[in-house]
Amino acid sequence: MHPETVNVDVGALLGACPLPLTDYKQIVLAHGSGGRLSHQLIQKIVLPQFRNQFLDPLHDGAIFRLGETRVAFTADSYVVSPIFFPGGDIGSLSIHGTINDLAMCGARPLYLSASFILEEGLPMEDFWRIVQSMHAAADAAGVNLVTGDTKVVDRGKADKIFINTSGVGVVPSGINIDPARAQVGDKIIISGPVAVHGIAIMSVREGLEFETEIASDTAALNTLVDAMLATKTDIHVLRDPTRGGVTSALSEIAQSARVGMLLNEARIPISEEVKGACEILGLDPLYVANEGKLLAIVSARDIDPVLSAVKSHPLGQQAAVIGEVTRDHPGLVMMKTRIGGTRVVDMLSGEQLPRIC
Amino acid sequence: MKFLDEYRDEALAQKIVDEIRRVVTKPWVLMEVCGGQTHTIVKYGIDRLLPDEIELVHGPGCPVCVTPLEMIDKAHTIAQRPDVIFCSFGDMLRVPGSDADLLVLKSRGADIRVVYSPIDCLKIARANPEKKVVFFAIGFETTAPANAMSVWQARKQRINNFSILVSHVLVPPAIGSILQSPLNRVQGFLGPGHVCTIMGYREYEPIAERFRVPIVITGFEPTDILQGALMAIQQLEAGTHEVQNQYMRVVQRDGNSVAQSLVNEVFEVCDRKWRGVGSIPKSGYRLRHEFHEYDAELLFDVKEIDTQESSTCISGLVLRGVKKPQDCPAFGKQCTPEHPLGATMVSAEGACAAYYAYGRHLQATNAPRNS
Repeated sequence: MHPETVNVDVGALLGACPLPLTDYKQIVLAHGSGGRLSHQLIQKIVLPQFRNQFLDPLHDGAIFRLGETRVAFTADSYVVSPIFFPGGDIGSLSIHGTINDLAMCGARPLYLSASFILEEGLPMEDFWRIVQSMHAAADAAGVNLVTGDTKVVDRGKADKIFINTSGVGVVPSGINIDPARAQVGDKIIISGPVAVHGIAIMSVREGLEFETEIASDTAALNTLVDAMLATKTDIHVLRDPTRGGVTSALSEIAQSARVGMLLNEARIPISEEVKGACEILGLDPLYVANEGKLLAIVSARDIDPVLSAVKSHPLGQQAAVIGEVTRDHPGLVMMKTRIGGTRVVDMLSGEQLPRIC
Repeated sequence: MKFLDEYRDEALAQKIVDEIRRVVTKPWVLMEVCGGQTHTIVKYGIDRLLPDEIELVHGPGCPVCVTPLEMIDKAHTIAQRPDVIFCSFGDMLRVPGSDADLLVLKSRGADIRVVYSPIDCLKIARANPEKKVVFFAIGFETTAPANAMSVWQARKQRINNFSILVSHVLVPPAIGSILQSPLNRVQGFLGPGHVCTIMGYREYEPIAERFRVPIVITGFEPTDILQGALMAIQQLEAGTHEVQNQYMRVVQRDGNSVAQSLVNEVFEVCDRKWRGVGSIPKSGYRLRHEFHEYDAELLFDVKEIDTQESSTCISGLVLRGVKKPQDCPAFGKQCTPEHPLGATMVSAEGACAAYYAYGRHLQATNAPRNS
């Protein structure tokens, strides 16, 4: 064949997008859902470019050594709408979220950064309230905000305010928390009722009113983790089940540790209000976001002291053991349902969409 | 939670399962008609509680699954117009048309909104007088009254930038079509509880009589499904074929006459295409002539769109209970929840999507089970 007639696939030469052609050609909202599409985006596009020992575990933060000190480093962006919601606002959320990512590495959070992307026209009063709220949240958690940045974009180029925070913390010696450490026989703890944050946000968006207002559970979990680590037990995994909910968090851990999990639906704490809202909205609470809860995976031997430490803390009074790690069905989370059946609780493909019937 | 937890009680569920085991003497194939019932079965693992003799076949009652491809293409054509705000129930957003799905159209700039009720679209229409607001009116008899009400209210409130794209289907003709098929395996039905809340169940009585099949109008909670199955099995074992009402706390024989008269005022019965099944005579609703000004199909000139469905996808046979999802060559390969070829892989209620999650577990455990 004459060289001029060769049908050159330019994309292949330039390092074409590795997603199969049948996949989405644009970013869709579901890529940000924390479900399987988010995973695909990270695994197929981001990870291959940067692959290294700190990124590869896809933990809530990276853990590395500086001299003799083990440092945890994390970053997160906050784009919640509405920016003020029952129980919190985008400011406190941005502080809590990053503190929690550090705490889930077993680290003591020390320093935070904050970058603001502001939409032209944002009321100054709103920005002031948000910054004050960040200050209060950082003070309460004992961390300092030490650096940051501000950008303003044209009206319509952002939605009021986006915040990115990053944080560093120190991992005490002897602490080894890693999703790959979930072991057969381990027990799974949730620190309190599920799905509160997501439902609080959705209730505002949908204009739902309940007899009792559902307030977000947004909270810094570092003192709770401190109390757990103080038991001197060997905690294998910690994870805060934010977007994608309990199911996505546990599915990720099951895949990363190549173990199965069996949950017991009847043991999973959920408030009556949230349960009612989920029924009305047609949502499964196990896929709804939490912002002040943690999942802990600990050996059966250590379950009593850890659970008792969690329950003694104000943020963990309704904690419960909701399941265990199994040898069967590695990579899959199963659940014994309320009526005694079993089912797969699979990671969602994208956003949870309300069903028609 | 009151009025729900009672119907999700493990001891009661086990009692009904025990009773089913006691009465069953031979294999029976039951079809649950509604997508909502399928969802409960999968969500609570009910199929794994039942004895091996009982096979549950997921019926055609997932409105998202049966909406024909050409109607989805019509919706997409309208939704892409810059002067349109296109509103839909949530699970319709991921259903693929010939080119894309509504989520992708949204990422390309189309104004697409999820609503919980068509009445919400009237608010959107009032707030955006320069736009045309279109609601994708899909569903069975259950959603028909609210969809009819949206049009009726639009006329009353003189909102003239609102229309609906109607793809309404009816349950009794679909059951008739399943029973007339020479390939039919279904011996008893768990009837559609919410459809019958609106329509009552008189129209199922001639079907039960003609085809000599028991039909048990059944609710949506786990113990509803189990009790409905028990009642159907009792009839099959006794050789009877009546319409029974398990969902007595909601359904009455004559249904909701106020809702029915509203539906009749706005809609009339017409032939409809079903995805994968083809055209079924008198199996749907369209807007009456008096309401044509609210008919998006006419307003946006999309009547001529006529799309052929994927030849690989066997969703039609799956919807009729003739084939299982695993029988499809594309199942789990070209066709996954991320990239559904047919709508039965899209909705959580769809049989293929349910089997996809379940099948992965089977591979992992090798647990034998009949459905």
